Amino acid sequence: MEITGAQAVIKSLEHEGVEVVFGHPGGAILPAYDPILDSPIRHVLARHEQGAGHMAEGYAHATGRVGVAMATSGPGGTNLVTALADAHMDSVPIVAITGQVPTVAVGGDAFQEADITGITLPITKHNEMVTDPTRIAAAIKEAFHIASTGRPGPVLVDIPKDVLNARFAFSYPDRLRLPGYKPTVRGHGKMVREAAREILGARRPVIYAGGGIIRADAHDELRRLAELVDLPVVTTLMARGAFPDSHPNHLGMPGMHGHWTAVTAMQRADLLIALGSRFDDRVTGNLAAFAPGARVIHVDIDPAEIGKNRAVDVPIVGDCAVVIGQIIDALTDLLSRDEHTVPDYTDWWETLRGWKAAHPLRNDQTADGPLKPQTVIRAISDRLAGDGIVVTGVGQHQMWAAQHVRYEKPRSWINSGGLGTMGFCVPAAIGAKVGRPDQTVVAIDGDGSFQMTLQELATARTENVPVVFCVINNGSLGMVRQWQELFYGGRWSAIDLGYDVPDLVKLAEAYGCAGYRCERPEDVDSTLEKALSVGEVPVIVDFRVDQTEKVFPMVPAGASNDEIIESAEEWYAKAAAGASGGAGEPGGAAQLPPHMREGNVV
Amino acid sequence: MANHTLSVLVENKPGVLARVAGLFSRRGFNIESLAVGPTEVEEVSRMTIVVDAAESALEQVTKQLNKLIHVLKIVELEPAGSVERELQMIKVSADGQTRSEIIEIADVFRSKVVDVDTDAITIEATGSPEKLSAMVRLLAPYGIRELVRSGMIAVGRGSRSITEGRGLRLERSA
Repeated sequence: MEITGAQAVIKSLEHEGVEVVFGHPGGAILPAYDPILDSPIRHVLARHEQGAGHMAEGYAHATGRVGVAMATSGPGGTNLVTALADAHMDSVPIVAITGQVPTVAVGGDAFQEADITGITLPITKHNEMVTDPTRIAAAIKEAFHIASTGRPGPVLVDIPKDVLNARFAFSYPDRLRLPGYKPTVRGHGKMVREAAREILGARRPVIYAGGGIIRADAHDELRRLAELVDLPVVTTLMARGAFPDSHPNHLGMPGMHGHWTAVTAMQRADLLIALGSRFDDRVTGNLAAFAPGARVIHVDIDPAEIGKNRAVDVPIVGDCAVVIGQIIDALTDLLSRDEHTVPDYTDWWETLRGWKAAHPLRNDQTADGPLKPQTVIRAISDRLAGDGIVVTGVGQHQMWAAQHVRYEKPRSWINSGGLGTMGFCVPAAIGAKVGRPDQTVVAIDGDGSFQMTLQELATARTENVPVVFCVINNGSLGMVRQWQELFYGGRWSAIDLGYDVPDLVKLAEAYGCAGYRCERPEDVDSTLEKALSVGEVPVIVDFRVDQTEKVFPMVPAGASNDEIIESAEEWYAKAAAGASGGAGEPGGAAQLPPHMREGNVV
Repeated sequence: MANHTLSVLVENKPGVLARVAGLFSRRGFNIESLAVGPTEVEEVSRMTIVVDAAESALEQVTKQLNKLIHVLKIVELEPAGSVERELQMIKVSADGQTRSEIIEIADVFRSKVVDVDTDAITIEATGSPEKLSAMVRLLAPYGIRELVRSGMIAVGRGSRSITEGRGLRLERSA
């Protein structure tokens, strides 16, 4: 039987088990919007293609399945660019289907034409413009395979309108032909044994767990490895939830705004066991001064990550779940022999426990003072009690949510880590809730981030996606404000948003959502209780918090992780002590560490 | 930094050159020369890329190249273990007085005259990049009107073929 290219697209998506497509129609993709009416696939109409892209990401983050976004040619495709770049940086499996102007018009600057495969070349794992209708099915099958295997990532399939309209006999291929694509899954046996020996020989080991643990569903293996020989674990921003926060072996999050103990443990370690992490600059700080005494085992499915930033002693290319399983087997095997015993990390643990007790995260809330953002986020954490899903935007609120919420399960924390995309939260939370309707989804957003994509509240309302949006409203671009205070002498430039525009409660009303406002610490709990019990419609809560609050601990960009600072008081004390002639007043240039005075603030 | 010669086997798909070239520029590498053409295997093209890079950077760019879906195999060809050649055509100003001198130089380089006009002569030469550069130096005083080089191509010495072996299963054309 002959069908159209557009029908072939929808049928191919059905073959891949797709249950939902996030998209926005337009001229060139119109043919595909007709057969979707007859398909069991749900279409969620986003209000902007960027929203559709982040929804597909949120869905993928929450479910582990491939998220699908659909858009038209030209601006439809270019609006997807940010979401594709975000998915590329955070290894999120999504497939984007875009319409293209008819084949004869390609290259002729036609209406709504953009070279979207060219534009997205550096920000997709792969892309293709399909010019032969009989290739549609193979292209989509390959896209799903490439997006979801190896190191996951975004794949874009661009289809000209005449190809969507062509009629031909359809059959779904049962085999892939990708001679240049064969990810390594199993670790090299010799290297695995070497890793096991390193672990048994170490005195101060730390497992440095990254987002790869979540992507590989390797959380059980990670826990077994940590418990087998009592290894300390840190979880990066992308790995929050990969190892339970309540587990005694968990030291917290490393990095620029990480927990003091996690950051310092890596600095003092003699062995880093990097599992699905990539030695990102936000984790390492000044690379030359990072974990100076540590040997490194690096497990990653992407060979290009190994040795990219940090020299590695034991490189292992493979899937985290498989390789950790192999390391556990190798350790068990070595321990069953007489010459090996369970390593004694007692001294190390004593040090680590001492640090943990001495360096807790702070919340300087006072009963009569302004509402602190940490108070709100801790209250959200208490309400969720390790359940549900937290989704954030990018900025201070994101860091506080990464620090102060207790994560117990993988896929309970969703954020934009690598690209740092403000505006990620609202659509990603919608995508997460669509994928996991059984879960409470709390979106913790900043007032700046929120305003970048808040048009998707309409999507949440009309598609009945009851997310609870908690806006940490500090009336400003808080992270920029923090940097201007610490590095630019408090000269505020372009950070003032105002608390009142838009009025978030009225905005909620306009979008048919429930809206609440909370300004005092004593009202946080009751407000959250109301917000979380609404259930039927999305909720927006305007938490008006102290604008002057800053994210600490903090390692200044480019500084060594040894220079981690735990509070504003410590920051200004150090700035004053470091300044010559007592010129350490807040706002003076003297507070800049030397490497920052050279203009290399990143 | 030093020049390295990479032989890159790619699926002959639209946009593959842009993918490979784009990756080099994106990661901050300068391509000294790049030559592409068909191979003995249908649907497989071979790129010979000469890149100026330190060893560690070269390893990173090779790993990144390997991640491109259409890249099938990458081999670095060491100068000692391979034959390297480039094609060059030079249009040199020549009158009745200088023409024979120029032809003499061409003969020394075992190159040949492919076109002659009243005031110019065009010479085709193949050889190693060093040899071709030496020839340019000798012809420069006569006035070089046009110079075009193909980019280097290279093949490993001995009987082994880079389309054989592990990780590359391709149907050979008849």
